[in-house]
Amino acid sequence: MNTSLLKKFTVAALLAGTFYTASAALKVGDTLPDLASFKLEGQLPDPLKGKIVVVDFWASWCLPCAKSFPVLDELQKKYGDRIVVLAVNVDEKKSKMEGFLAKHSVSFAVVRDAEQKLVAVVEPATMPTSFILDGGGKVRFLHNGFHGEDTRKEYISEIESLLK
Amino acid sequence: MKYKAFLILALPLLIIGSGCTNVKPWQRGTLADYTMRADRDPLGQAQMQHIWFSREEANGGAGVGGGGCGCN
Repeated sequence: MNTSLLKKFTVAALLAGTFYTASAALKVGDTLPDLASFKLEGQLPDPLKGKIVVVDFWASWCLPCAKSFPVLDELQKKYGDRIVVLAVNVDEKKSKMEGFLAKHSVSFAVVRDAEQKLVAVVEPATMPTSFILDGGGKVRFLHNGFHGEDTRKEYISEIESLLK
Repeated sequence: MKYKAFLILALPLLIIGSGCTNVKPWQRGTLADYTMRADRDPLGQAQMQHIWFSREEANGGAGVGGGGCGCN
């Protein structure tokens, strides 16, 4: 290998190593990874398979997350056991999550991604981000952020379309 | 020789550059904290505005410019 080629290779390798960040964010059409393999704190609803699942990634410091909780709670109550709403908390401190839940009491399942491994795989673009999965675990709809009544209407319309 | 000089210049740059990173959306708890807000202290902000408009005139934008005495 001559010096010129070696130089180019070194520069390319250094630049790649410096600035490259892998991105494999979960998107519509993908299948959600097996949640049981991520050591999430809390009880996962059983069974998820065959049900429409709304997976919501949230944090206690996120104001739109607080606004989304009553709507997610409404969805869980409205559709009962036909859907599962699963909120995945990504707070670094458990006490923050508990403080939030003490203020915002909900009927749906909440688990905590304490090691932030699931969220690193899913790579939600915003807080909150929610995924609506069909019975096969495939992402059918994706919501970045929570935009009040607009998002609520979209949730209902999308869930209704999957329930048909 | 040129290659060595290039490495001496480029390596520190790349090492410093590798310290730059994107904060992921789920890692923004500290950034979202109340203490990170620029306007968390109304009294302190009012004092800063006073200094800006008195001393720098063009900055601040919260009132008329002063002559530098800070007495307005």
